[in-house]
Amino acid sequence: MAWNAGALSDSQSETKALKPLKPKRKRDNWSRYRLMRYLVVPWIFLLPILGLHAFVVVFPAIQGVYYSFTDWSGIGEAEFIGLRNFEEMFFEDQSHIDALLRNIQWMLFFITVPFIFALFGSSLLAKVKRGAMFYRTALFMPFILPSVVTATIWRYLYNPRFGLPTLVGYDKALLGQSDTALWAIAFADNWHFWGFLMVLFLTAMQGIDPVLYDAAKVDGANRWQEFWHVTLPGIRPVVLFMMMMVMIWAFLVFDYIFILTGGGPAGATEVLGIDIYKNAFQRFEAGYAAAQGITICAFAGLIVSAFAYLRKRGWDI
Amino acid sequence: MTVRREFALFRKQRESNAFNHIFLSILVVFSLGPVVLLGLNSIKSNSEIGLNPLGLPRQVHLENFGNAWEKGEFSRTFKNSVILVIGTVVAELTLGGLAAYSLARKNPPGANFVMIYLLVASTVPIWLYLVPLFFLWRQLGLLNTYHGLILIYTALNAPFSIFLLRSYLIGLPVELEDAARVDGANELQVLLRIIVPLAWPGFLTVGLVVGLGIWSEFQVALIFIHKPDMFPVTTSYFKFTDRFGRDWAMTSAGAFMMIAPVLALFLALQRRFVEGLTQGGVKF
Repeated sequence: MAWNAGALSDSQSETKALKPLKPKRKRDNWSRYRLMRYLVVPWIFLLPILGLHAFVVVFPAIQGVYYSFTDWSGIGEAEFIGLRNFEEMFFEDQSHIDALLRNIQWMLFFITVPFIFALFGSSLLAKVKRGAMFYRTALFMPFILPSVVTATIWRYLYNPRFGLPTLVGYDKALLGQSDTALWAIAFADNWHFWGFLMVLFLTAMQGIDPVLYDAAKVDGANRWQEFWHVTLPGIRPVVLFMMMMVMIWAFLVFDYIFILTGGGPAGATEVLGIDIYKNAFQRFEAGYAAAQGITICAFAGLIVSAFAYLRKRGWDI
Repeated sequence: MTVRREFALFRKQRESNAFNHIFLSILVVFSLGPVVLLGLNSIKSNSEIGLNPLGLPRQVHLENFGNAWEKGEFSRTFKNSVILVIGTVVAELTLGGLAAYSLARKNPPGANFVMIYLLVASTVPIWLYLVPLFFLWRQLGLLNTYHGLILIYTALNAPFSIFLLRSYLIGLPVELEDAARVDGANELQVLLRIIVPLAWPGFLTVGLVVGLGIWSEFQVALIFIHKPDMFPVTTSYFKFTDRFGRDWAMTSAGAFMMIAPVLALFLALQRRFVEGLTQGGVKF
């Protein structure tokens, strides 16, 4: 959010500079010209994509709010049942609650592991000059691979016959056991994701005043102290912003789990995304699925508000 | 600072860099190793993969690619994906470009509202609207069509594209546009003759990032395309690995064909990819 807000204020000063270019015309002509030039034409440029976006996102979202109060199979009439779906979701449907808990596990994994990888990688890379470009390209590369390919690679690496676990004498299927499957998928997703975080952190680190590092050196700071007292405070806004985004994304996860286990074994990796998919498209519970989608949105709203609140309390986010 | 102390600092610097290089190399092996392994497996035979899973191939089996191409029906799925990518990128650059130009240069009344709308829209969880959108699309007969999917992709990428193009356009000098207007150019001419030629790097970045996103997209394609004839590479490859999951050689060859164009583009234009993907921020 921080970057866009910055760009927003730039634009106003730039566009204000444009306006003094007024042609000299008669007054009534002038106002019509102005209406065209400053209102009608700009909005003609804006409308096609905004209209499309509203039709694809906002309109179905509103429909979704309506469907969430109905018992709707996806075909035919929707019967209004008030808050029944939400009641079922939080008090009766154990699979929804379990799925939600798995999303929270997923979130805990993703606000730690990729961040540790990315902070480690970027702070190493920030100090290197020779080969910096090569390292950055190589470490970022997994991020551009399609999820189906990443999943195939890791299904191979995890295979119990001759995959990586067999190298240490572990011959069980990581993806085939309830207690390891979710973490195995999370690690594959992390392999794909952390390079992206690293590049974001690296860019932020380049904005830190080098004088601070010189000062730290003069004070005799070691590597860890330098990281903890100079680097981390310097990139804190980016780290916290990405934590917020990752927390939201953790409730949306679908691809990797659907491709690698489809929610199995025995429902052990069934997160909200998988549950909604099955409810909407396989179990003909579209109304219930819409209600689940709204709760995800509510969680995202809660996360954003929590960060906004912390920011108000004086945290520099 | 004495010479001695400076020398000591210099030595320390070199030592610390060695430390960095060692750990960075380990990370590079972690990141590239699996991809290299995929490449090696794609030219091994299945029996060799079982016997020698991590080593170099003793004999090169290029026929894996031919097998995968045929059994995975790549000629058809590549075509489908290319149509989706080109359709979306063209729609995105045209419509998103117009909107970005309007926001960057015209600042019409309501522009701030549009920016806030796009900002909120880009963080709205997809599950809020995906299910109703499916039933809406079914009602409109847009399931299993290229344009149905292109419309969705264009809309979902709109906030990112407009933000990126807008910030790029703001960075360009206005004098040229004003000069063209003084010479009597209308809005469309200014846009086509001045803005597009100047701003093409921004358009290229957005085109690459959006194109890459569509090429790799799985979730929306899975939900909106059910006819096997219409599958893009990702969902078709998913079904392919479902059927031939044990045939590591062939599935690896298929995966490699799917990522080869992406890797080539990435290596050639990686600065743009990295810039676009990280500035977009709110993606994947």
